[in-house]
Amino acid sequence: MYRIALQMLFGDRGKYLGIIVGIAMSSIIIIQQPSILLTMLSHTYSLITDISLPDIWVMDKKVRTSEDSRALLDTQLYRVRGIAGVEWAVPLYKGSLTVRLENGELERAIMLGLDDATLIGGPGIMVEGSLADLRMPDAVIVDEAGARGRLARQTGRPGEPGIPLRVGDTLEINEKRATVVGIAKATPTFQSQPILYTTYSRAKNYASSERKLLSFILARAKPGLDPEAVARRIAQDTDLAAYTADEFKRRSLDYMLHNSAMLMNFGFVVLVGFVVGTAVTGQIFYNFTLDNLRYFGVFKAMGATDRMLLGMILLQALLAGLMGFGIGSGVTAAFAASTWKGNEMKLEVGLPLLCASGLAVLLIVLAAAFFSARKVLRLEPAEVFKS
Amino acid sequence: METSATSPVVVCRGLTKTYGVGDTATRALRGVDLDVQPGELLMLVGPSGCGKTTLISVIAGILNQDRGSCTLFGQDLALLSPRERVLFRGRHIGFVFQAFNLVPCLTCLENIAVPLLINGVKRNEALRRAARHLDQVGLGDRLGTTPGQLSGGQQQRVAIARALAHDPGLVVCDEPTSALDHATGARVLDTLKSLAVRDNRAMVIVTHDSRIFPYADRIAHMDDGIILETSLKPETDARSCA
Repeated sequence: MYRIALQMLFGDRGKYLGIIVGIAMSSIIIIQQPSILLTMLSHTYSLITDISLPDIWVMDKKVRTSEDSRALLDTQLYRVRGIAGVEWAVPLYKGSLTVRLENGELERAIMLGLDDATLIGGPGIMVEGSLADLRMPDAVIVDEAGARGRLARQTGRPGEPGIPLRVGDTLEINEKRATVVGIAKATPTFQSQPILYTTYSRAKNYASSERKLLSFILARAKPGLDPEAVARRIAQDTDLAAYTADEFKRRSLDYMLHNSAMLMNFGFVVLVGFVVGTAVTGQIFYNFTLDNLRYFGVFKAMGATDRMLLGMILLQALLAGLMGFGIGSGVTAAFAASTWKGNEMKLEVGLPLLCASGLAVLLIVLAAAFFSARKVLRLEPAEVFKS
Repeated sequence: METSATSPVVVCRGLTKTYGVGDTATRALRGVDLDVQPGELLMLVGPSGCGKTTLISVIAGILNQDRGSCTLFGQDLALLSPRERVLFRGRHIGFVFQAFNLVPCLTCLENIAVPLLINGVKRNEALRRAARHLDQVGLGDRLGTTPGQLSGGQQQRVAIARALAHDPGLVVCDEPTSALDHATGARVLDTLKSLAVRDNRAMVIVTHDSRIFPYADRIAHMDDGIILETSLKPETDARSCA
């Protein structure tokens, strides 16, 4: 009988496609919106993700996210280095500077000044050039998204994409010359500004108007020591804030969630997708069942048990749900994959997100099946004699 | 549940059924007594609203009477649980409907296999047996045809094959010829009667169509919820109706 249930489903092609499309559209909204939200949220701590070597981040107590930086005195670096349990500690400058492009346009960019000796904090993946080239005069490394996007050389012809920055090109940062020595991959920041890497001492030169430049101290606990305990010790002894990388990520994320309407906005869209999906799918599926009600009544008269009929309806709903969800998640994955070619926002559709959205779609089809099944189960078999 | 070849298939005693309550109450059955023997073709006739369909529904176990008893194959249906009654219906009763009620997206073969599948017969075996029944109603060459491609008479023959597929002891038919022209209706009744009588099945047919009365072994005339009289087969030869 289950095969017959499927034949009934596939037999009514119009409604079948309606159900599938309804579920697919809901799936797209339910998967894509959280995917965008999660990707954007992950950008709030992209700096911490990209700089993986240190396990402790030290900063001013008032810093709330990795996008936020408040300068420390350089002497704080030496204090941190002197704390028991610290294997090493290096400075990191993070600031927002103005870059003048060849055509005279000005762009804001984030500059990261890395420890001159170790270059800790530098990009993990180089597309062109090498990290060590930062030791060359006026050297900066530009992130790929920035090089292809906002910092690209404009051709002057409307609608034509700019020519990406390449190794050897020059920029002007705060009226000082900078030479591009490398192009690197970096996770975009929350504000999607271009990222420029240089050495800490050269960053001082580019940001000469700033009196204090030390944004973060990156530290590592000695082998065998708990980074969390070492971070607590640093905080206690220096009166600075010190967090492990995971703690700092959570802190950045919590701040964004509590101080922006992102969660509410995206959550609302997901909820609308869920409700509309339930309503549309439920309505079409219910109509499909109503159209077949007389046949369900005939089956019932012929001896089909309620359990058998319920199984048939559930099978129809679950299969339609599976196909709709498959199409929806496929389209979303294809869309996400297309974003990987660009350099701005790279959407990720992870397994947890797929599982959660699959559960939501399951709820939609179960709700649709519930109303349909209720109608069938309440049907009096004697109705079959009413023509 | 076993019955001998001579004991009645259907025994109804004092059946009453009322729809609605209070001023809107309609007494559809008002104390019906009826027996149907194996191999007998009984027609229930009477004006619209006289209680024919209610009676056939009670006999088929798809409607509960208010009072009285209805025994099928020696089993009082009122003593069965709802689930047992459903299973009992599936095993012992075949249905033929006025509007055929064939599932349009299934082939004739699959439609006929439905009662077998409901009774737990494996698909391949069900289709094999369905093919045999389709052949018996003269449509052996229409295995893969869907109902929409058949004429009304052919559809009703498929419906008859479906009603007989699981070898039920009782077949109930609701106006099986009302949607058919006279000649086609006669052919359908020919088929129905020959297949039912051959296997000693009991048949209860609700009809308005006086042209098919000659096919009956007995005719129960109903009016206002009671059986007024039961007459034996009319003198006219059934064949002359065709």
